[in-house]
Formats: sequence, C-alpha cells, structure tokens
Amino acid sequence: MSWLYAHLDALRDSVRRLVRQPFATLLNVVVIGIALALPGGFYVGLDNLERFSRQLTSEPQLSLFLTVGASTGDADRIMERLQHHPAVGRFSFVHRDDALGDLKRASGMSDILAELDDNPLPHAFVVTGKSATPEILEALRSEAAGWPKVEHVQLDSDWARKLDAALRIGKMLVSLLGILLAIALVAVTFNTIRLQILTRRDEIEVSKLIGATNGFIRRPFLYFGSLQGLLGGSAAWLIVAATVKVLNVELSDLVDLFGLSPRLGTISLQQTVSLLAIAALLGWVGAWMSVSRHLWQIDPR
Amino acid sequence: MITVSHISKRYPGGFEALKDVSACVEPGEMLFVTGHSGAGKSTLLNLVAGIERPTRGSVVINGQNITRMGVASLPFLRRNFGFIFQDHKLLFDRSVFDNAALPLVISGFPRREIARRVRAALDKVGLLGREKARPVALSGGEQQRLCIARAVVNRPAILLADEPTGNLDAAYAGEIMTMFKAFNQVGVTVMIATHDLGLIHGLRARTIHLDHGKLAS
Repeated sequence: MSWLYAHLDALRDSVRRLVRQPFATLLNVVVIGIALALPGGFYVGLDNLERFSRQLTSEPQLSLFLTVGASTGDADRIMERLQHHPAVGRFSFVHRDDALGDLKRASGMSDILAELDDNPLPHAFVVTGKSATPEILEALRSEAAGWPKVEHVQLDSDWARKLDAALRIGKMLVSLLGILLAIALVAVTFNTIRLQILTRRDEIEVSKLIGATNGFIRRPFLYFGSLQGLLGGSAAWLIVAATVKVLNVELSDLVDLFGLSPRLGTISLQQTVSLLAIAALLGWVGAWMSVSRHLWQIDPR
Repeated sequence: MITVSHISKRYPGGFEALKDVSACVEPGEMLFVTGHSGAGKSTLLNLVAGIERPTRGSVVINGQNITRMGVASLPFLRRNFGFIFQDHKLLFDRSVFDNAALPLVISGFPRREIARRVRAALDKVGLLGREKARPVALSGGEQQRLCIARAVVNRPAILLADEPTGNLDAAYAGEIMTMFKAFNQVGVTVMIATHDLGLIHGLRARTIHLDHGKLAS
C-alpha cells in the first residue's frame, strides 16, 4: 500500500503545483496545445481526404474504347478475350449506337448530333478488375491497349491514384512536422521542469542525502510533466475539434455543388486516445530527461 | 560498526582533504572527530555516509564495503544513518512537522505512523508545540534541534553530526550535547565532528584528532 500512497502524494503534489501557478500553467498548456494541434489537425484533414479518395476508387474501372471503324465482330473477339482474362471481374459492352443515344439524352446536344451523318463514337467496354490493386489494373490497361482494334484504354481511377500519391507525401510531411513539434514539446517540458528543479533544489538535495531513491525524487516531476502534457493534448483536441466544426459549417454550402457529402469526420475516439497518450508520454520524457540530468549532477563522486 | 581503512580523498584541483586515515567506531560508541576547520572532519563524515567517495581506501559499515556500492543501493544505505548537516539543510517552505517527517516520507511509512513518530521525535528535542511553525520562526538553537529530530525520526543505528554546535552559544551547545549523550545511552552509535574542544570536556568519549587531513593522536 505504501507505494500507492507515494504515487498519490506525488500526483497531489503535481496538481497543487499546476494550480498554484495558473498563468504559467495556462501558457505552457497553450504552447503544447498549438504544437500538437498543428500535426493533429493536418492528420485529421489528410485522413478525411484519404477516406474521400478511397470512396472514389473503391471500384476502379477501365474504359476500353475500340477504333471507330471496329465492327461488332471485332467487339465480339475483344469480349472473348475479356471473358477469359484472369484479372477481369465484370465487364459490360456499350454499343456505339447506345452510347450515342445516351449522349443525346444526357448532353442536350441532340440537335447537333442529329446533323451528323455518322456516329462518331466507337464501341466500348467498361471493365471492372477482380482486384483493386493499382499495379494489376495498370498491367491490364497496358495489355488491353495492345489488343487489335483497341484505340484507347483509360484507367478511371488515374486521378485518384495521383491524389493518393500526393496524400502519401502529405502524410510524410505531417509526420516530419509531428516529430519536430514533439521535440519542441519535450523541450518545453524539459525547461519547465528545469525551472521547478531550481526552485526545489534544496529539497532534492536533502532528500537525496537522507536516502531518497532517484525514483522517489523523479516521481512528482514525472507526474507534473505527464499532467501538463495531458492538458496540452486536451487543448490540442479542442483546437482540432473546433476547427473541424467551423469547417463543416462552411462545407455544408458545398453539398449542392458536389452532390457528395463533404462533411469532415472529426477526431475519432482512437485518435483522441493516441493524441492524449502521446502528449502525456512526451511530457513524461521531457520531465525524465530534465530530472535525470540534475540527479546525475548530485551523485557522489 | 564503522571501519575506515587507509582512506584518502583528493578533490578535483589537487587538494587532498584526507591522507591515509584509518579509524574504527564500535557499536554503541560515541566518537568525536576534532580538528581545525579544513582538517577533513566533514569529508570523513561524508565518506562514512556515502555522500562522497574516497579516492583510495575503504569504508566498511556493518561488514559491508560501501565504497564499492552502486549508486542505486546508496539511498538504502543512507537510511541507516541520521545525519546532522553543518548547514542545517532545513526546508524553509515547509513546516517543522514536514521537515522532521521527510525521512519517513522517503522511506514510505504510512501516514499515521509518520505522525506518531514525528511527534515522538519533536517531543524528544522539545519542539512538540511548534510543529506548525516554519523553520524561519525558530531560533538558531531550535533549528539545530529540528535537525536532530529529523536525524533521529527513523530511529537510525548511527548518528553522524557535522559541527552540531557550530554557531550556538555555550548554554545551547551544552544542551545539544546532552541530547546526543542521551541517544548514545539508548544504544545509538554517535560520531560527531567539532572544532570546539571545550565541549568535549566532561564527556567521557573517545576523540580522534585530524590535522591537515592526517590522523594525529
């Protein structure tokens, strides 16, 4: 039980210290909050974009256009190839006349199209791959492009793949930013604890001289660092959550424009837990480094 | 109980505080270490308590060579001592009670036991009525008595005192010495460093004398 008392004492001690200097605590919490909100916010943004792009690419399709002069017989031969191709899941044939009919209906250009002597559209196939792996689809695309009477094969998810690549770079940048700001957070805690150690120098020295272990001396500082980190993490959470809320109000105007639901998902429970855990851990690390450095200085030589 | 053999202590910069000093303290004995200031009295006490490490030689306490002890075990060694520091080392932002309670808090005693033992220790040194006071409000003699209360609160087997009567007048100093004598009589081994030879008169205790870091007889 005595270790439990010791931990409770250390916890109470650090809470008292946080409360006793409300202004300094607030400043530190704000600094840590902003430092964590930046990578946290970007991360949530990227997460949303990624989910959006995944929605679009969930059923990647190939559009296979034959040459304009290709006959129905040519189309049948292509159909045979598609039926036996291992990478092809489903496919549908779009006859050039159907395509023209669709275009007439959809575009409102029926007058102009009616003027045409010939149907300018080719036969086409819409192919869905068995797997959504970009590499396999890309291989299928280039293979199909080499078939006779095939004019052009287009991978519909091309732009989504480009977005994906951009997201990867974005993620890397966020990670980099996160690492830099994590170091900043450790530094902030290190310095706060260093100042506290200076004011409690006598206490640490006497305690050490009369038999306190390093763990005993570290404990209240570690609690302080973790608590401060936790408060900073909560501040970061509030900043990100509030930003998402404000953005969602703006974005709701766009619903009609896109016909999509561009609502940003806010921080998930799992993300919240990791944010707070990381914040507390970084505070702990900063405190640990700070106290250890000081303790090392007063070890006997 | 305490065996110091051939210890030397050289500080960075070349100053040699102790040169080949050997001494022995029997269990339940009261030993005075005398000498002018700078003779190495404090260094000797610090080496015995594991606060400093000797350059050469060994310190054996209860059969355990503490000079080879790892940093992690030192705290537990120090809990066997009651140490009275030359510069008091009282915490001025804490009450008399909290100052005296520090060794017990460090050792992880339950709260009720701490209160009981602290009151007993404060009672022994005559500070029971002042437990809520801050050390600044105490006189020099009272501060010294608080140091003694803190040193004896966890009932150590060995009491080490570095100039415990340093800047006290003769009446107070005599009072403090009587306290040490009383602790010694209940079986505590006591080792006191002092430059005040007048103090030792009348106390039948063994004395070793240090002169420029060397043992003189």
